[in-house]
Amino acid sequence: MTAPTDKPRLSREHVLSLLKQMIRIRRFEAKCAELYTQEKIRGFLHLYDGEEAIAVGVIPVLEKRDRIVATYREHGHALVRGVPMTTVLAEMYGKQEGCSHGRGGSMHLFDRATNFYGGNAIVGGGLPLAVGLALGDHMQRNRLVTACFFGEGAVAEGAFHESLNLAALWGLPVLFVCENNLYAMGTALALSESETDIQRKAACYRIQAEAVDGMDVVAVEAAARRAVHAVRQTGKPYFLECRTYRLRAHSMFDAQLYRDKGEVETWRKKEPIVRFQGWLEANRMVHPDDLTRIEADVAAEIADAVAFAEAGTWEPVEQLTRFTYGEKAA
Amino acid sequence: MTTPEAKTQAVELTYREAVREAIRDALKRDERVFLMGEDVGRYGGCYAVSKGLLGEFGPERIRDTPLSESGFTGAGIGAAMAGMRPIVELMTVNFSLLALDQILNTAATVRHMSGNQFGVPLVIRMATGAGRQLAAQHSHSLEGWYAHIPGIKVLAPATLEDARGMLWTALQDPDPVLIFENIMLYNMSGRLPTDAGPVDIDKAVVRRLGRDISLITYGGSLWKTLDAATTLAAKGIDAEVIDLRSLRPLDDATIMMSVAKTRHVIIIDEGWRSGSLAAEIGMRIIEQAFWSLDAPVARVCSEEVPVPYPSHLENAALPQASKIVAAAMAALGRA
Repeated sequence: MTAPTDKPRLSREHVLSLLKQMIRIRRFEAKCAELYTQEKIRGFLHLYDGEEAIAVGVIPVLEKRDRIVATYREHGHALVRGVPMTTVLAEMYGKQEGCSHGRGGSMHLFDRATNFYGGNAIVGGGLPLAVGLALGDHMQRNRLVTACFFGEGAVAEGAFHESLNLAALWGLPVLFVCENNLYAMGTALALSESETDIQRKAACYRIQAEAVDGMDVVAVEAAARRAVHAVRQTGKPYFLECRTYRLRAHSMFDAQLYRDKGEVETWRKKEPIVRFQGWLEANRMVHPDDLTRIEADVAAEIADAVAFAEAGTWEPVEQLTRFTYGEKAA
Repeated sequence: MTTPEAKTQAVELTYREAVREAIRDALKRDERVFLMGEDVGRYGGCYAVSKGLLGEFGPERIRDTPLSESGFTGAGIGAAMAGMRPIVELMTVNFSLLALDQILNTAATVRHMSGNQFGVPLVIRMATGAGRQLAAQHSHSLEGWYAHIPGIKVLAPATLEDARGMLWTALQDPDPVLIFENIMLYNMSGRLPTDAGPVDIDKAVVRRLGRDISLITYGGSLWKTLDAATTLAAKGIDAEVIDLRSLRPLDDATIMMSVAKTRHVIIIDEGWRSGSLAAEIGMRIIEQAFWSLDAPVARVCSEEVPVPYPSHLENAALPQASKIVAAAMAALGRA
């Protein structure tokens, strides 16, 4: 199956964009971790370090009108989708200028302008929602794709199986993207699944499925092109398992007692930015000047975001109960 | 029934048929509306509510689902967010617990978590209540639990007018609305004007005016309470009966106005006593109308036991007219 849309066109402009997006997420989240220790960001903070190639490989393949459902580890997805870094960080500060008006925080980034449906922090809870968005589109004859991101931990939930079955049974345009980072919090895949080859589970529901190296941004993009093309052509679901690794703790509270430092170090060598940048350098597709410029641009964007979040305002307590119910249409 | 003497034409129909008419009307009025749930299509609905609708509207809009309460309730949420107006039918409130995550953690929170960018205009209907010897996994009344949750609205239609009229109003609401249909009401029949239409969904209604004591109830217990009021009238006690209709929000004004008049209150609730909706209403009366009371607020609730199978034990577990009468007499010092 090689449709013309399958292959990423590795123009200089495109590869630099992929690299920049991954660096952008990585540097942003490093700043977030720092701001967390300064208690500017509170609550839970789940970082995407090591997994950036997935959001960067998949999301730009979608059209602007398509829909995205993500998890509580969604900063990268929001940024790549085009939610401004300023409003993402303001949200993490809890300021009312945040992309969810400060009501959600790190785990609940929402943005209507980019069809970004959260920020869902019940593991597996986003899958039925994605199926429903696709059902609505199917019934209204909208030819949209709903991309649903979730971790391999969600695979053990009933909602995962119910959702795959419904999507396949009713022929709904959902792209399921499993970010298999090998650990559900501290529980290794082999300790939670009888069948660890996750894409096989989708095949059981007669959903076209494939697994891809989730740390190879070009491979992810190529797979995403195949997947999105298939969903748009057939209106049916597709399952993409991206095999990756979470290089940092599950959240900022995690002492990582469940894995060896050596294991993390081994994976660190395979991480997507070093790997892609090394490949670009070996093929003379990137110049040191490019890297300098990317780092400078990203640093400036982060500085702007911090300034924006710092300058943000607290919602008046008098407005506490807002957004519980909507206004009735006149 | 408090059906006003209809000047327009009226038809004889059951509560079940009134709900079906409401669904049919909604499907005709708004092409975004569809019904989805277990056995709603080919089987005709577990309680035969949707019988015949599949032939009239087709399988896209009368959508049979697998036994996946979490999956299809979540699908209803997503479809609502994508511009549809789904009616999700959960077979009973007991099964709704399999969808509780989607109802509580998604439907009720999305508007808030998203800072008002997204809402969930979804209606979820389900059967509730005991009385058919269906034992401890098909008989409970958990609507009071749902009334605990900010972000959703909870309705309990007890009359034909409300069974016919609440659905359309609920579908116009920008937020999730749960409608609880008591299983003992489905066969209740009466006359309903042919032009019966939408009704409000946020006001309690006084179903019987009285001076001596306020009997506050909802859903299937309304009819037991009206029976009790008739018995009390024979004893010279003039009871006022309030049908809450909406369990969230609660219409405090109607409750307090009645209490201020009668100075005595019994709350009748098919939920278990501990942590019940009756407890909430009683506390609101204490907070807002304590100085109006001439006697302690009292309750008639279900006994604290899973609903048993044998008829005599099931009846003993539930609120009954005789218990309501006894509680009212005690409150008035005439026990």
